Amino acid sequence: MSIQFNDETFRDDYTFRNSDWAINRFPFPFHEDHYMYSVNMEQHRGGPEGSVFEKRFDVDEHYVAEMRDRAQVLADDPLRCQSLPHMTLAGWDLLELIMVSKSEDYPDLFELHRDDDKWRWVNKPLGIDDSFTFMDETTLPYGPMEYITRQTQGDFAVLDQRDDNLWMDAGMITTQADWSLDFDIGMNFFEWHAPVPKANEMGIFVRALKFLMSVQQGAPARRLNWTMTVNPLLDTSPENYHKWGIQKTQMTPENVGEKQHLRVELQTFFRLPRSNGLVFPIRCYLISLDDLTSIPKWGRRLHRVIRDLPEELATYKGFIDNRPMIIDYLAKVDNGAETSPGIWPDLHLEPDAKA
Amino acid sequence: MSKFQFPKAIFSRPVYTVLERRVGSHHLMVADAEGGGALLDLAKSDSGLMADAHVIYIPKHTGDTYSKPLAAFAPGQFYIGSSYEASVARLRRTLLGAHMGLQVYLAGTEGLMGQVQSEAAQAGISPESIQSEHRGSVARRMQCVHCKGITEDVTVDPFVCGHCGLNLYVRDHYSRRLAAFQGVCVNAEDPGNVPKAKELYT
Amino acid sequence: MSGVEKIAVRVTNIVPLNALVTRFEFKRSDGLHFPTFSGGAHVVVEMQDGEILRRNPYSLMSDPADQSQYAISVRRDDEGRGGSLFMHRSVSVGDEMLISNPVNLFALDLRARKHLMIAGGIGITPFMAQIKQLSRTNGNWELHYASRNAALASYGSELMAQHPNGVHIYYDDDKQSIALEALLKGQPLGTHLYICGPKGMINWVRDTAKKAGWPHEAIHYEEFLAPQSGKPFEVKLAQSSMVIQVGENQSLLEAIEAAGVDAPYLCRGGACGQCETAVIGYDGKFLHNDHWLTNEEKASGHKIMPCVSRFEGKTLVLDR
Ligand code: HEM
Repeated sequence: MSIQFNDETFRDDYTFRNSDWAINRFPFPFHEDHYMYSVNMEQHRGGPEGSVFEKRFDVDEHYVAEMRDRAQVLADDPLRCQSLPHMTLAGWDLLELIMVSKSEDYPDLFELHRDDDKWRWVNKPLGIDDSFTFMDETTLPYGPMEYITRQTQGDFAVLDQRDDNLWMDAGMITTQADWSLDFDIGMNFFEWHAPVPKANEMGIFVRALKFLMSVQQGAPARRLNWTMTVNPLLDTSPENYHKWGIQKTQMTPENVGEKQHLRVELQTFFRLPRSNGLVFPIRCYLISLDDLTSIPKWGRRLHRVIRDLPEELATYKGFIDNRPMIIDYLAKVDNGAETSPGIWPDLHLEPDAKA
Repeated sequence: MSKFQFPKAIFSRPVYTVLERRVGSHHLMVADAEGGGALLDLAKSDSGLMADAHVIYIPKHTGDTYSKPLAAFAPGQFYIGSSYEASVARLRRTLLGAHMGLQVYLAGTEGLMGQVQSEAAQAGISPESIQSEHRGSVARRMQCVHCKGITEDVTVDPFVCGHCGLNLYVRDHYSRRLAAFQGVCVNAEDPGNVPKAKELYT
Repeated sequence: MSGVEKIAVRVTNIVPLNALVTRFEFKRSDGLHFPTFSGGAHVVVEMQDGEILRRNPYSLMSDPADQSQYAISVRRDDEGRGGSLFMHRSVSVGDEMLISNPVNLFALDLRARKHLMIAGGIGITPFMAQIKQLSRTNGNWELHYASRNAALASYGSELMAQHPNGVHIYYDDDKQSIALEALLKGQPLGTHLYICGPKGMINWVRDTAKKAGWPHEAIHYEEFLAPQSGKPFEVKLAQSSMVIQVGENQSLLEAIEAAGVDAPYLCRGGACGQCETAVIGYDGKFLHNDHWLTNEEKASGHKIMPCVSRFEGKTLVLDR
């Protein structure tokens, strides 16, 4: 299937919509009826056909609109994309990884032609056809990391590995769940995770770091993380929090199903060969509660997860004030029936499923 | 209030120790105000050290309380700066000419120590190999996450950003690169309501 | 599957460099390109040595940007358990072998203002790749290379010819040695120090740098420990409910693998920490040979690194 790209916005009039295709392949993050932080990592080597896990870098109907939103964020605030001087080599690693992956995984959308270090990159959805010299920054309009991540959905943290730690020394961060690259750049794994409640005491970060430092070339890994966002706003940045924070107070029992979105991050980890760095793409998927509850199992499960989530987590994720309203909405779709294990919709298991 | 016990905080927040002599080819000491007292304690514990030391000291409100006795130890190089801004060119020049084996000792306010550490990191010294001892004011250097302006010597929470005028609350999240804590709008979800400011650590 | 991704390769060239060291060059069996790598990376080479499947790490010494071939240089160790002997005696051009994807435990710190490299003997190999990487990116580096004599200084003359200003070679037989204290003293702030060579040399350079006030973050070293031979011993694997025998010339990790039990690893040289295994019970004495566990952990009897460490005694029960 070639993808039909939506013409939509993630700000102001919020015309963002998920098609039925997008709803059915949404990466629902809960494999059971409750949630707590854990070292939830697995290999990233494909997944069921059509799922967001199938390709190394998933491209979907929101691609073109998301890239337009990113360009707007960067025009307003160039500090959302930064790279410390020693990270240029890792930037080339990332450019190569994405160009090779996308041209192999989506040959109808992207082409890469390589003749030694003379490269030609064709990005059909965005109408780009550039020829450049690999490893020669003067032949690209931006640095290599910025160039390729202006054309790839999701945020990117590029990590340097040294002194038994990972250091966030470069990134393209415009669709973040309320953290600042400009503030966090240069920090190590424990420093940038410092605001997260509980996980440290649970020993999660020590184990996660150990896992990440041994991620091998050709053996990427992934995990899911989630939060709640009012309106399909991609750029929930601290930088602009004084502007968007107020939207959290504009939810009512009438509009909660339309305004409240579950925000899921598909986070992947790839070793970068030339620099020995690590890239951490953070791909954001949004779904309104109205759309999410069209999958009965997901509606029931989300109700139970949100209802029983420890207060510290609901506070950290920023929806403690709206939680009662969200629970009221979700309670209506929770008939108490069992939910099947795993994250998939399992529509065939619902009582009114057509055989 | 000369020595202050900071409450336990999140991991990004710096922790301070008591300066002690380390082996090294050269010793660079930078301190402000009551931090002079920490250098004095160090000098007293090891009188030979000061002859090899380059001391950059910014007395601020302390007059010659510390500068006089420091001078008496006859440091190899002794500079009294009228402010951090006035001293930073000298600091950079010193780092530029320095060699591996240099030991760095910082003392005084968090703002001063953080800024010198950040300069030293840019010159190639890793923060882990710099010692810092807090003395004196507990004021914080804050970055406004919204306008990026830095406000020095913040002692109350919330405070008003000196650049954009937003009301910011004081986080413990700390950036060594910026040498600053983070300030975030306190009333974004409730515009009319700014909590009453109170002294930090009260 | 534990460990790392494997690549099927064909031996395309075997070049004896001197009495002890031979270079092996590989191309991919499937004709595709090799992955690029970062200078300092190693690959684990699998060798079917009779009954025993050996996996030894060797630093890649070819140009990291050259995806057409990989090369390693192997020093013959006549005292060792046989991995290097197998490479020297039993491998021929045209042989098919399996190697791992590159793994780097000795990476350059790319922030360094200057890279100061100290090599001893076969420890030159990771620097060969790092120098090629740095030359390509106009890096600032300097190599000091100690060898017994000119004949045994693998790649010495090649390096001198290519980089007359950056390479300094010292021959033990001529009583030449690195004037280390003076060398360290003159280095500008932001210099990083890299050491690869025999244990004695690594310790000497690390100690001297420490005494000169160098921070540990600026000191990098790599020493692959070859697993030692030793008395055979018996181990109980609790999770797998098995009792296995570790042979005289076999490592504990090799014996675990031979029993069909999957155990993680990366370096197989006591450095990376991947194979760390919990000890459930023991009656006897550990022979810890790794760089990974702290002295307290070694003394505690709760952990062992099966890639290089052994055991002597009555019973050993592991959580595998
Ligand atoms: C190296 C890649 C990673 C990067 C760059 C990264 C970055 C971040 C950042 C910037 C935050 C927000 C912190 C804040 O509040 O300011 C965060 C939150 C978090 N991270 Fe990571 N992270 C990484 C890997 C991981 C891994 C492997 C785990 C595994 C368990 C993990 C667990 C978490 C958790 C639990 C949170 C809190 C999220 C929430 O409750 O919404 N992170 N991460």
